[in-house]
Amino acid sequence: MSILVNKDTRVITQGITGATGLFHTKQAIEYGTKMVGGVTPGKGGTLVEGVPVFDTVEAAVKETGANASVIYVPPAFAADAILEAADAGLELVICITEGIPILDMVTVKRYLEGKGTRLIGPNCPGVITPEECKIGIMPGYIHKRGHVGVVSRSGTLTYEAVYQLTVQGVGQSTAVGIGGDPVNGTNFVDILKMFNEDPDTEAVIMIGEIGGTAEEEAAKYVKEHMKKPVAGFIAGRSAPPGKRMGHAGAIISGGKGTAEEKVAAMEAAGIRVANTPSEMGSTLVKMLEERNLLEKCRS
Amino acid sequence: MNIHEYQAKMVLRKYGVAVPEGEVAFTPDEAVKVAERFGGRAVVKAQIHAGGRGKAGGVKLAKSLDEVRTYAKELLGKTLVTHQTGPEGKVVRRLLIESLTDIKKEYYVGVVVDRQTGRVVMMASEEGGMEIEEVAAKSPEKIFREVIDPAVGLRPYQARKLAYAIHIPSELINKAAAFMVALYRAFVDNDCSIAEINPLVVTGDGNVLALDAKLNFDDNALFRHKDIVEFRDFEEEDPREVEASKFDLSYIGLQGNIGCMVNGAGLAMATMDTIKYFGGEPANFLDVGGGASEQKVTEAFKIILSDSGVKGILVNIFGGIMKCDVIANAVVAAARQVGIDRPLVVRLEGTNVQLGKEILNKSGLDIVGADSLAEAAQKIVELVK
Repeated sequence: MSILVNKDTRVITQGITGATGLFHTKQAIEYGTKMVGGVTPGKGGTLVEGVPVFDTVEAAVKETGANASVIYVPPAFAADAILEAADAGLELVICITEGIPILDMVTVKRYLEGKGTRLIGPNCPGVITPEECKIGIMPGYIHKRGHVGVVSRSGTLTYEAVYQLTVQGVGQSTAVGIGGDPVNGTNFVDILKMFNEDPDTEAVIMIGEIGGTAEEEAAKYVKEHMKKPVAGFIAGRSAPPGKRMGHAGAIISGGKGTAEEKVAAMEAAGIRVANTPSEMGSTLVKMLEERNLLEKCRS
Repeated sequence: MNIHEYQAKMVLRKYGVAVPEGEVAFTPDEAVKVAERFGGRAVVKAQIHAGGRGKAGGVKLAKSLDEVRTYAKELLGKTLVTHQTGPEGKVVRRLLIESLTDIKKEYYVGVVVDRQTGRVVMMASEEGGMEIEEVAAKSPEKIFREVIDPAVGLRPYQARKLAYAIHIPSELINKAAAFMVALYRAFVDNDCSIAEINPLVVTGDGNVLALDAKLNFDDNALFRHKDIVEFRDFEEEDPREVEASKFDLSYIGLQGNIGCMVNGAGLAMATMDTIKYFGGEPANFLDVGGGASEQKVTEAFKIILSDSGVKGILVNIFGGIMKCDVIANAVVAAARQVGIDRPLVVRLEGTNVQLGKEILNKSGLDIVGADSLAEAAQKIVELVK
C-alpha cells in the first residue's frame, strides 16, 4: 500500500514536448511509471519516447484512460493547464512548475472546490511510491520501498530525508512534495490524514519551513488524531523577517510564520523536531527503535 | 517587487482611488516648483522603500516655499533610519511633494492574499496610522476582514460592511465603499501581493483619501506588467541581489561572514540554520537552482566573493538528477576561474558522490571535503574563526 500513486496509476505529461517535460517523462518511464500519454497543443498525433501525444487533456484521457497528470508547462500557462486537467476529470494533478502568479492559484483553488481533483503543488518535486510509480523530478534511485511516509514543502530537503532513511535501511511508503508556494492544492494535514489511514505507513517525516501556518495546523492534527510517530524539521530558523527565502511562500511577514513558533507547536504535539537537517533520518529511526518498529521498517 | 509611495499613488489614481494631489521631486528646485501649485503650503515626504518614515523625521509640513526648499535640502541625501530599514538606514533620493490634507480621522485598509483560505482578504481597522501587526497583537477585535471570492470580486456590500464596522461617518459610507472596491480592482489587475493604505483619512471637506499608500507586487506575475516593472528602483535594492537576479540565482544578503552556495531553497535555508546552530553566521542565502551549471556556479562564487565580509565559503549540493561529478567539475572550474582566496568547504551528496569527491580531491585546489551538512558546517565555522 501507499498513498496517492501506485503501480496502477496511469500518468500523462502536460508539456511533454518541452525540454523538462521530455527529460522527466523519460526518467519516469525508466523508473517503471505507467506513462500512457502526453499533451502539447499542436503536437497531437506524434509519438514521444514511445508515448502518444495529444492536443488536449480531454483527448488524452479518453484515449489512454489516464487518471493522473504531471504538469511541466511554463508558469504563464500552468494555471490553465491545471484547470484543463481538472475539467477532463483527472483525480490527481501534480504541478511541478515554479513561478506561477499567486492570483492565478487563487482562481485555480476556487475552481477546484467541489471537484473531484486533488492538486499537488505547484512548485514541488512531485510524488513517488518507491519501486512503483515516480511522478516528478526527484532522483528515483535514492528511494527504497518501505513504511515511512515523507511530506515536505522543499524538494532538496525531501531528498535529504529520503536518502538518510535509505542509507539506514529504512524504506518509504510514499514521499510527497507539497510545494513551496503560498497558495497550493494540498497541505500537510491532507497528506498526514492519508498516511494515518494507510496501513502500510508506520511513521512519518514532515519537513516544513518558515511562512504561513500550515505546520501549526499540521501539529494540531497530529496532536488530536495521529496514531503514528512523526519526526520533523523546520527550515529557516536563521532567516531574517520580511525576506523571501527562495520559495515564494518562505517569508516571515508581520512577525508571523517564524521557525520558533512552528517548532514549538510541533514539539507540543509530540513531533520530534531535528536540530539540523543531517539528523532528520536518525531522529525518526530513534523513534522507531523506541516503539519497536525499526525491524519492521527495515524489512 | 516594491515601489515608492508616489508611484503607488500613480497606480491607484488610475483606478479612481482618491489620493492627495502631488508629484515627485528629485531636487529642491523641483520640490519648490511642485509646491507653488499648492500656494507654498505642502507636505515634503521622503521616498524610500521602508515604512516608519514619519517617526524617523522623513515627513515635514512646510508652510512656505522657503520651508519647502529647506526641508527638501535637508532630506535629499540624508540617511533615514526607521524600524524597517535596519541600522544602516536608507538614503533619500526622491521626495513626494503633496498638498496639505485637512485630516479629521485616520483609518487602516489593507489587502493581502490569505494563505489559509487561499483567497484575497481585505482588512480594515479604526486604528489608522498604527501598524496593523501592532493592532493585531494588542486589540485583534479591532481588525475586520472580508474574504473575497475571486469569482465575483469584492462586492459593494462587503465594502460597506467594513466601512460600517470601522465607523466611517454615515454620510461617507458609499464613498469609502467605492474607495475599497477600486482598491481591490487595482490589487487584482496589477497582481499585487500587498496593498496597504495606512492611513486612509476622512477629510474636513468630506472626502475619503489614501494619505499613504504601499503596494508590493508578486514577482512571479511581473511578466504581464511591463508598466510596473518600469517603476523598479535599483538604488533601493541590495546590489548583490540585483547582480544575482541577472543570472537567475536566488540570493539574499545577510550580515554574517560565511558565504553559502546551495541547490534548492529549503536546503539553502537549512544550510544557514546549521551554520548558525554550530555558532557561525551566514553571509547570505543563495540557491543556484536544480541545474547548477558551471556558469551559474561561477557567477555565484563571484557574487559571494564580492562581499568583503565573507571569510569562508560553504558549498552544499545534493546531486539528484544533476550528478555530483558534473557539479564537482563545475565547482572546480569556477573556483579556478574566479581564484578563491578564502577557505572553501564542499559537501556533496547524492548521485555519483564518490566520483564527485575524487574530482575535488584531484583538483589540487585547497578544498575541504565533508560527508554531512553538520560536519561541513562545523568545519567552516572553525576555519573562519
